[in-house]
Amino acid sequence: MGEWRLKPEDVDDIAVGAAVLGAGGGGDPYLGKLMARRVLERGAEIVLVDPDDVDDESFIVAPAFMGAPVTMFEKLPSGAESVKVIKILEGFMNKSFDYLTPIEAGGLNSTIPLYVGGVTGRTLIDGDGMGRAFPELQMVTFHLYGVKATPMALADEKGNGVILDTIDNYWAERIARMVTVRMGGWASIAIYPMEGRIYKKAVIPKTISKAAEIGRELRDAKNSGRDPVDALLEAAGGFKLFEGKIVDVSRWTEAGFAKGRVEIEGLGDYKGRRMIVDFQNENLVARIDGEVVASVPDIISILDMETGEPITTERLRYGFRVVVAGIPCDPKWRTPHALEVVGPRYFGYNVNYVPIEERIKVLAY
Amino acid sequence: MAGYRVGIDVGSTNTDAVIVDRKGGLVYAVKTPTTSDVTSGLLKALKQVVEGSGVPPEEIVSVNFGTTHGLNAIVQRQGLLRVGVIRIGLPATRIVEPMADWPADLREAVGGLVAMVRGGFEYNGEEIAPLDEDAVRRAAEQFKTMGAEAVAITSVFSPVRPDHELRAAEIVSDVMGEVPISLSHTIGSIGLLERENATILNAAIIGVMRRVIEAVRGTMEELGLEHAKLYVAQNDGTVIAAEYAEKYPILTVVAAVSNSIRGAYVLTGLKDAIVVDMGGTTTNVGVLEHGFPRESSLAAEIGGVRTSFMMPDFVAIGVAGGSVVKVRGEEVIVGPESVGYELVTKGIAWGGNVMTATDIALALDRMSIDDPRCDPERPKRLIPRDIAEKAYSYIVSRVEEAIDKIKTKPDPMPVVLVGGGSDMLPRKLAGASEVIRPEGAQSANAIGAATAMIGATIEKTFNYEYTPRPRALEEAKREAMNRAIEAGADPSTLEVALVEEIAIPYLPGNIVKVRVKVAGQARL
Repeated sequence: MGEWRLKPEDVDDIAVGAAVLGAGGGGDPYLGKLMARRVLERGAEIVLVDPDDVDDESFIVAPAFMGAPVTMFEKLPSGAESVKVIKILEGFMNKSFDYLTPIEAGGLNSTIPLYVGGVTGRTLIDGDGMGRAFPELQMVTFHLYGVKATPMALADEKGNGVILDTIDNYWAERIARMVTVRMGGWASIAIYPMEGRIYKKAVIPKTISKAAEIGRELRDAKNSGRDPVDALLEAAGGFKLFEGKIVDVSRWTEAGFAKGRVEIEGLGDYKGRRMIVDFQNENLVARIDGEVVASVPDIISILDMETGEPITTERLRYGFRVVVAGIPCDPKWRTPHALEVVGPRYFGYNVNYVPIEERIKVLAY
Repeated sequence: MAGYRVGIDVGSTNTDAVIVDRKGGLVYAVKTPTTSDVTSGLLKALKQVVEGSGVPPEEIVSVNFGTTHGLNAIVQRQGLLRVGVIRIGLPATRIVEPMADWPADLREAVGGLVAMVRGGFEYNGEEIAPLDEDAVRRAAEQFKTMGAEAVAITSVFSPVRPDHELRAAEIVSDVMGEVPISLSHTIGSIGLLERENATILNAAIIGVMRRVIEAVRGTMEELGLEHAKLYVAQNDGTVIAAEYAEKYPILTVVAAVSNSIRGAYVLTGLKDAIVVDMGGTTTNVGVLEHGFPRESSLAAEIGGVRTSFMMPDFVAIGVAGGSVVKVRGEEVIVGPESVGYELVTKGIAWGGNVMTATDIALALDRMSIDDPRCDPERPKRLIPRDIAEKAYSYIVSRVEEAIDKIKTKPDPMPVVLVGGGSDMLPRKLAGASEVIRPEGAQSANAIGAATAMIGATIEKTFNYEYTPRPRALEEAKREAMNRAIEAGADPSTLEVALVEEIAIPYLPGNIVKVRVKVAGQARL
């Protein structure tokens, strides 16, 4: 595809599209979007290339933010921490990074790498390690292909930097989590350093352009009068699972996780039926009248019926008219090994994963 | 009988004014069209209600008004003060400078004077960096040279620890002398950009608020009301002393919605209900919870700027008394265009040629209007029955939809209808356990203003590991009480109306946002 130079409206489209792919998680992308747009306004360029255009020998790292979004929305970044993590990791590894890759398509971390690419002048790759949003560091396709999360770097806005070298990716998650707390609730990170050779096998390609397309279709639909939900489903390759009104939202804390459940009463073609979606940061399992119709790692996205705008799990509320969309995850998530990392059982559900395309066939009868 | 109170509420279509007696009973009401400058209509309503009521001026103890002056100034970018903006937080926060996400014309209208200095706190109350006092002083000197008329100061995590904001304010006063200073911890909650935006807007509309208060005081003098106290309605359904409103005008920008909700409580005595306020242009549907408007927790946009401050939770729909009815083939749509106060010249029942929601209601005998110029036979003759019925069911279903949206539970609740247009609504609505339209419903907003208590709502963030819960709650209540006293309340009458605790997720320790609302009687 050659090089793709982002325009300001591309940044907005990516934020919206990534929120759709984010399955209700990842937090409000507003701040990341603002940061990326500010970089463009200051004259920097944000350039993306296709994974196919990346050399086997090139060296790649994933910049991201880790921690509690609430603290980040209050103590905003300085900007320098994102550059620092790259620099100290390069120093430690005595190598320089040729490319940056987004790690997830969802919420804040979908737009933060655009900022880092712009401010460090490094080229980004149009791909990521999730194709959606997930809550933990090891829930990336890079992990499935044996890439180590460490050495990884963390930095705060004051200039403190930390390099982690752990025995496995689960330990990376635990120790990094602790460091973010000490740094004030969040930290800038650079993680999963790897070569182009393995990256090209492990990456979920074209997630950024896919997010941009979803966002653009939604924007165009608003201007042209086309039904935004239809436009969005077509761009995302997703299915309409349900349509109705939220009649109950319950939230509780379990083993340190904010969990919840939303109950939706059917409208229109779905009248008389009831959907329940369980979530934990992201939407995990959707059932109609007790029967599972979609589950993680497929993407379950709850959209405003009128505008098609995705609604994050923390904003779900009684009375919203919504469409529940199911979007197939990348095939890399569908192997038995991958399902051990991100399947419904990892999240504590006694549910077998069945790809959404198959579940939807049953649903049609 | 002394103890009469005047209430005035400026709406987008009409300005309402009432006089109530000591017990809150309605004595006299007037309605005049809202003027484009707002102030002249407000003063006219004040004059008319005082002179028309025949109540001796010396028996009037207070004038309470709610107005859209602040909101209009922001939306129209007019009459805003030049604000010097200080953000305390470096090295954090450098990435997005203050007002970076504002529309350019609004940023220009407030002057764009910005200084970012070192300081601020972490979520747990540790310092990010010591406050750079020299930098604050230099900023103040520069603001002074550049002619700043107000200053807005925002520090990172000031809702947890306001120390740096307070110290910076001392330095600014020292350098600039008499200049209004707005501090973010007194205005908003966690979420730096939204709180900072609200603080800057607060500083920018101080001038507008001072002018309207001065104008109202002038008219009060003419009317022999110089002894009466002056209060301004705030967003949460209570009022604050005029001197206090001059410091925190942002607290008053969306008061109109709350006045009506509070008025519904005064007129019915219902503490928990849904309130449908149908005016000329919009219908606002809000909720009474424990006798006060339920507040919203979502960020709200004002004039194109994301802000966070206490606001009533409501759903607004563009279907109301003056809404224009359009026929498109089989479909009949009502609103959102409205003839507003021109209903009485353009409406069919008034001899005009615009089909409005009011004409539909008159045609179907759903409403009666006490106005000799209004001829209900005209719409009956001119509007085909099927179109009238379609339009009417459209109106009802839109209102029912809004009622459902504002609810948090499916259980039916009592619905109170207020506002001039609401007489057209049926006394049975989906989702309602009962539908009540109390006497005085058309002046509920002004009655809500006239009878409002003095109140204060504060939001503070605590780490319960750092400050044990009982001490934290005590501290929050004390602060709310102090603010209510500052706003004009009689301390002996103050009661806690609401205590809410919201845990902040993903943080270690036990970080909780505490919201306390207190209300009491005016210190007269």
